[in-house]
Amino acid sequence: MGLTVTEKILSYKTNRKDITPGQIIEVPVDVAFIHDNNGPIAIQQFSKLPLAKVWDSDKVYFVLDHHSPSSTIRAAQHHRNIRDFAGQYGCHLIEVGRGISHPVMAEEGIPRPGNIVVGSDSHTVGLGTFGCLATGIGSTEMAAVLATGKIWMKVPETIKIVLNGKLSPGICSKDVALLILKHFGPSFLNYMAVEFEGSLIDKLTLDERMVITVMSLEMGVKNALMPVDSRLLAKIGAGSAQEEIISADPDARYVAVIHFDVSSLEPMVATPPLPTSGGVVTDVAGTEIHQAALGSCSGAFYHDLEQAAKILKGRKIAPGVRFVIVPNTSHVMAAAVRSGIIDTLLKAGAIISSPSCGVCGGYEVGCLAPGEVCISTTTRNMEGRMGVGGKIYLASALTVAASAVTGCITDPRNLLGDV
Amino acid sequence: MVADKLIYSGRLWKFGDNISTDHILPSRFMTEVEPHELAANCMAGCDPKFAAQVRFGDIFAAGENLGYGSSREQAPQALKYAGIRVVIAKSFARIFYRNCFNIGIPALICPQLVEETSEGDRVEVDLEKGVITNHALGRNYEFTKPPEFMLEYIQLGGLIPYLENQMGK
Ligand code: SF4
Repeated sequence: MGLTVTEKILSYKTNRKDITPGQIIEVPVDVAFIHDNNGPIAIQQFSKLPLAKVWDSDKVYFVLDHHSPSSTIRAAQHHRNIRDFAGQYGCHLIEVGRGISHPVMAEEGIPRPGNIVVGSDSHTVGLGTFGCLATGIGSTEMAAVLATGKIWMKVPETIKIVLNGKLSPGICSKDVALLILKHFGPSFLNYMAVEFEGSLIDKLTLDERMVITVMSLEMGVKNALMPVDSRLLAKIGAGSAQEEIISADPDARYVAVIHFDVSSLEPMVATPPLPTSGGVVTDVAGTEIHQAALGSCSGAFYHDLEQAAKILKGRKIAPGVRFVIVPNTSHVMAAAVRSGIIDTLLKAGAIISSPSCGVCGGYEVGCLAPGEVCISTTTRNMEGRMGVGGKIYLASALTVAASAVTGCITDPRNLLGDV
Repeated sequence: MVADKLIYSGRLWKFGDNISTDHILPSRFMTEVEPHELAANCMAGCDPKFAAQVRFGDIFAAGENLGYGSSREQAPQALKYAGIRVVIAKSFARIFYRNCFNIGIPALICPQLVEETSEGDRVEVDLEKGVITNHALGRNYEFTKPPEFMLEYIQLGGLIPYLENQMGK
């Protein structure tokens, strides 16, 4: 029986030929990263192991991204403890201001095809864009990984999602992600590996693919994989992938193969309180908003800022609306400064904050008062995510920017003209 | 803490589907690490009365996909420090499920119990036998026992003591 990519990676890493879904196996970790929300507990737990040393400091990255730069004394103390720990063991440290873990790890070229990557963050699955088995774990488990370099995993079942068709003008990869989420719901893919393929994927940039893999977590997946193709190899260097483990066998076993054609896709909006409760924008068009936001590891890439600028050029943000923009890495911010996008956004009245998780979890910037409504490119819209009593609608950068201009949820195609 | 027998008896709390880690411990409390702070804000995202009314030894039950969302271990820790000894659900989100065992809280899948039991019922969980008894209804419910090594986590108080044990060997 053939193997899926996920099964192949696990088989290769454990040197076992008999990998089957449901087995519990111990796997060696290639990359571990820990952010400032979960670092303090991981360090506390690690320190309870008197004999422990960090198994391989070169494989460990600490990223200060959630409370960045520190805006409370508490967060500053956590950052200090993390810096001390990283320094003591010689682990890598990605400092405040550099950006959100997942896109930063991607920019730095750290995850490689065939790797096992664990992060102390649920959206670690987004790094599967790079052909690795990337999954999120909790802080105590991370402490154990730091000590042993290993983790147990249940071999997941794999589902294949085939995306075909061409996106119409005004439609983004975030719309595709919200379509898939709507189809499967919040738990249908719990514990499963998902492998994406299809003619749409071939056309998407790596950042656009990452929007989809990051959002896959909201359906419960254990990991999400994009194909290792020429586009990826062009970025990470040809020859860096081990051919034998990066594509599925022709007779690989999938629990299901689901096809989507995106050609007639409309702009999507997920209504509160679930990222999976998507519908077409026209269902909620006209809903008054108080805040618009571009942010998060799945919604503040360069292409998102560029799309927002396309809408905002020569226009102003509606009175009574604040448009909070938090680029997801410092490289994105620098590129947007160079290309003049930041200038366009500022002229329209947007607020630019330094790269971090920021508005995504209501950390320091962009909180909502009770009763306020935000439309956002971030990952989640659960109750209280940006402040108790605030409501979050999730959408693409185009839809968010169009709504910022009109002051209510708006189909971006109305403002794009005949493109 | 080493439990002699893996039997827990307590009063049941009951919640619905998709209770997320944002419900259990909203992100605004994420810089808190002290047990009493986590306990005081437990369920602050959806039930502000919970933290004041929960008692040591209580059992937490919910519907599908308990622990949906963020990987934050502070969520199951908040439940633990608030006094919850066992969590039962129709199904769990992946990371939350692992986090529970890693901090020494059994997470059990038992849809029928959740379906038939009401908040406030007294239930008894026998982890070794794989049976939950609802005394109010006089009924037993079976659940699939977690793997041996996970039971050992519970016996020893979590993944860290388990590892300490292994490293000392
Ligand atoms: S941007 Fe949001 S979803 Fe992404 S890592 Fe930060 S808090 Fe998590």
